[in-house]
Amino acid sequence: MQRKDDFETRRKHLAHLTEEELEKRFWELTEKIVDPLIELARTHTSPSIERSVLLRMGFDSLTAKAIVEKCVEKGLLGKGAGHVVLKYALYKNIPIKEAGKKLAQGEGWDEIDKAMALKIDASVVGKVM
Amino acid sequence: MELKKDEKLNIEEILKDLEHYRPRRRGWHWREKVEKQKIGPFEYLETSKCLKNSIPLPAAKYFGNIDPQPDYVITTEIASGRFEDDIRRMRMAAWHGADHIMVIRTAGQSHFDGLIEGTPEGVGGVPITRKQLRATRKALDMIEDEVGRPINFHSYVSGVAGPEVAVLFAEEGVNGAHQDPQYNVLYRNVNMVRSFVDAAVAKKIMAWADMIQIDGAHNANATAREAWKVMPELMVQHAINAMYSLKVGMKKENICLSTVPPTAPPAPCLRLDLPYAVALRELFKGFRMRAQMNTKYIESSTREATVTHVLNLLISRLTGADIQSTITPDEGRNVPWHYFNIQAINTAKQALVGMDGLTEMVQIKRDGPLGQKVRELKERAVLFLEEILEVGGYFKAVEMGFFVDSGFYPERNGDGIVRKIDGGVGAGTVVKREEDYMAPVCHHFGYNNLPEGLEHPCDLIGGCTLCNPDKIAYIDELDEKDNVHVRLEETREIREKGLIKPEVEWFADGIVCVNIFLPVKEEVAEAAGLEIARRMGLQDPEIIHREIMHPAEGTYLEIKGKVPFAIDPATLSIPKKPEVLSEEEIRSFVKEHPIKIVAATVGEDEHSVGLREIIDIKHGGLEGFGIECHYLGTSVPVEKVVDAAIEIDADAILISTIITHADIHRINMRKLHELCVEKGIRDKIILVGGGTQVTDEIAKESGLDAGFGRGTKGIHVASFLVKKMKEKIAKNGG
Repeated sequence: MQRKDDFETRRKHLAHLTEEELEKRFWELTEKIVDPLIELARTHTSPSIERSVLLRMGFDSLTAKAIVEKCVEKGLLGKGAGHVVLKYALYKNIPIKEAGKKLAQGEGWDEIDKAMALKIDASVVGKVM
Repeated sequence: MELKKDEKLNIEEILKDLEHYRPRRRGWHWREKVEKQKIGPFEYLETSKCLKNSIPLPAAKYFGNIDPQPDYVITTEIASGRFEDDIRRMRMAAWHGADHIMVIRTAGQSHFDGLIEGTPEGVGGVPITRKQLRATRKALDMIEDEVGRPINFHSYVSGVAGPEVAVLFAEEGVNGAHQDPQYNVLYRNVNMVRSFVDAAVAKKIMAWADMIQIDGAHNANATAREAWKVMPELMVQHAINAMYSLKVGMKKENICLSTVPPTAPPAPCLRLDLPYAVALRELFKGFRMRAQMNTKYIESSTREATVTHVLNLLISRLTGADIQSTITPDEGRNVPWHYFNIQAINTAKQALVGMDGLTEMVQIKRDGPLGQKVRELKERAVLFLEEILEVGGYFKAVEMGFFVDSGFYPERNGDGIVRKIDGGVGAGTVVKREEDYMAPVCHHFGYNNLPEGLEHPCDLIGGCTLCNPDKIAYIDELDEKDNVHVRLEETREIREKGLIKPEVEWFADGIVCVNIFLPVKEEVAEAAGLEIARRMGLQDPEIIHREIMHPAEGTYLEIKGKVPFAIDPATLSIPKKPEVLSEEEIRSFVKEHPIKIVAATVGEDEHSVGLREIIDIKHGGLEGFGIECHYLGTSVPVEKVVDAAIEIDADAILISTIITHADIHRINMRKLHELCVEKGIRDKIILVGGGTQVTDEIAKESGLDAGFGRGTKGIHVASFLVKKMKEKIAKNGG
């Protein structure tokens, strides 16, 4: 888009504002722009986000990458990669580390739907480490 | 491991047992400001705690070697491509006053979808990896103990692996990072949806780690054709990232605006840059200011860059800053060299200390032209925001090329950066979190369907790495050919034998730079300069700076090249450094015990320059310490010198002599000694010889008490005289 500087005509509605009102307007407008972006982030995830979850769970970057690639392939990323590993560990009753390793190596994905169907509550705390 | 001041950092020691190294603290460190601090003869209004070990500015010797540290954190950017060389540069930088070490990433890392491991070599920066971060943090922990001030370690949480990099940084004790989704979108062509979604998770982790965040707005300055016209947009970019960060949960005081004075001379830059700096600080009260130096208008002249940077520092002092970043003055011509990092740090330290307390006496005239400009900039920024909303929000505005347009908004030149919502690296990779989405870890941003009643989300898995660092998985190396151990092998011989090679970037790179003036026009000068460099034995000579002094009268060149050899220090004869007393000590002794000397250039020698410099008060010579000097002139016979000394009852005789023919300097010195013996004054008089070919050894062989050669200063001779006088007093029983 090409446009000549029309500041003088555009600014008419701002001319009467005090400095404080102008600054308030600046921040209100910013908030309006940012709110939908935050909402988008709150409700979505990405391969990098899921790898960051797996890192926090104690996996190295290579294992995290392999698990997330499989999750994408199987359409499970929206459930959360960490969630997938946790459910598989509970389903097989094996440690988290071992579950992740198997999934990274391509094992266990045929059982993953069953594992994901497990319902969990706070009582699972301590069942797998 | 503790560092010793006179020992080099041992990189192999640092690499040992890295698997178990844990950073000892989290979070950012601001300098501790000391109000009305007395340092040496002065009182400072804007300084922080002094360092335990540091190297003061060169002129500090006139003020008792004080090294006042400004109140702002000072940044240096390090980008050699090899972290093992970066670490040594960090140590030098810390000694000169940097406490924010920013490591530049290798080209291409922002498009790497995942983490890099090991220690491969980088281009224009280092690959940021766990091993590199851990080794660097370990070294910085030692360096901060050595200088006595915490050092902030910093890199980039950007690109398509932002959330993972943020976790890595939080785990490895990184204290600050660049994070701004707009930077990815505009300058790295990362898909905009991916960039914003990732940014929220990354920021939340950074917030937990108490890291400070620096945004990427300043890049618009460097990218836009006419940098000063993007000022309204810069405010918009700062605001979007700042608001986004606040909404994720970052503390306001950890959010820093990266702001650069947009213009540089010959533009009337202060008149353009100052209103902008004021407007920004008014609009963004409570946020932190990271004042960066201008890079847009850096050419190959390091002097020109330095002057621009000092003007930038004036703006920092007048309007306030929390972090003063520095740009090396050689950035316009190559990857920064070691000593230019140090120069840039010293430019900041020198200028900030020099302007200490300036605003107590000088005030910005807020009313008048500056105030009008401030208002106008704010209005233009508000209009920009209004139009973003009008067209349907941020993504739409990017698709329409709103950003980095060179028009002064609302003027539009149609040359902005255009990105599409379904384009760029990582497009189509973002998915909606399903209703049962879960992430069983702590400090995770966004919707998370955790079971009710958990104390910590990570209880589900027996703890996450943020709660229990022992869970962090460490990978050492993945590439057996491209890693630090292979590189260290290549330089092992040089390191272990202690051989010496010049260096500007990498250990033993052999690069030197020569400054040449040639009295011919530019093209001829360049060809001749390269030929001179070749004949000097320099390999791969390259002109890195040229300046026309006059189209016909001459050209100034700076030429770099490599020397193909190393020096073995065992083959060198290294003269002992004369011990020097402090100026204070010399003066107070002379006050109590007045010293008289007779000085002359002896023999048939008309040179007077060297001796005069030793004596003259204006060269920091003996007179300046209160020593009474009787200068007899040039070509004085030795006999006359001795007679004059007897006549005034001098404590010492200084003669200067050069070689006119074989050994005349030895003969003259010998003669002086013998004459004094003959006249019966040798026991009570101190005899000193000087000259370009004189050494202490030669002078003593000739019967004198001391000899001083090339490079001698008045203080060296004064120190010697005072020490000798003290010995005499002690010998005679006081």
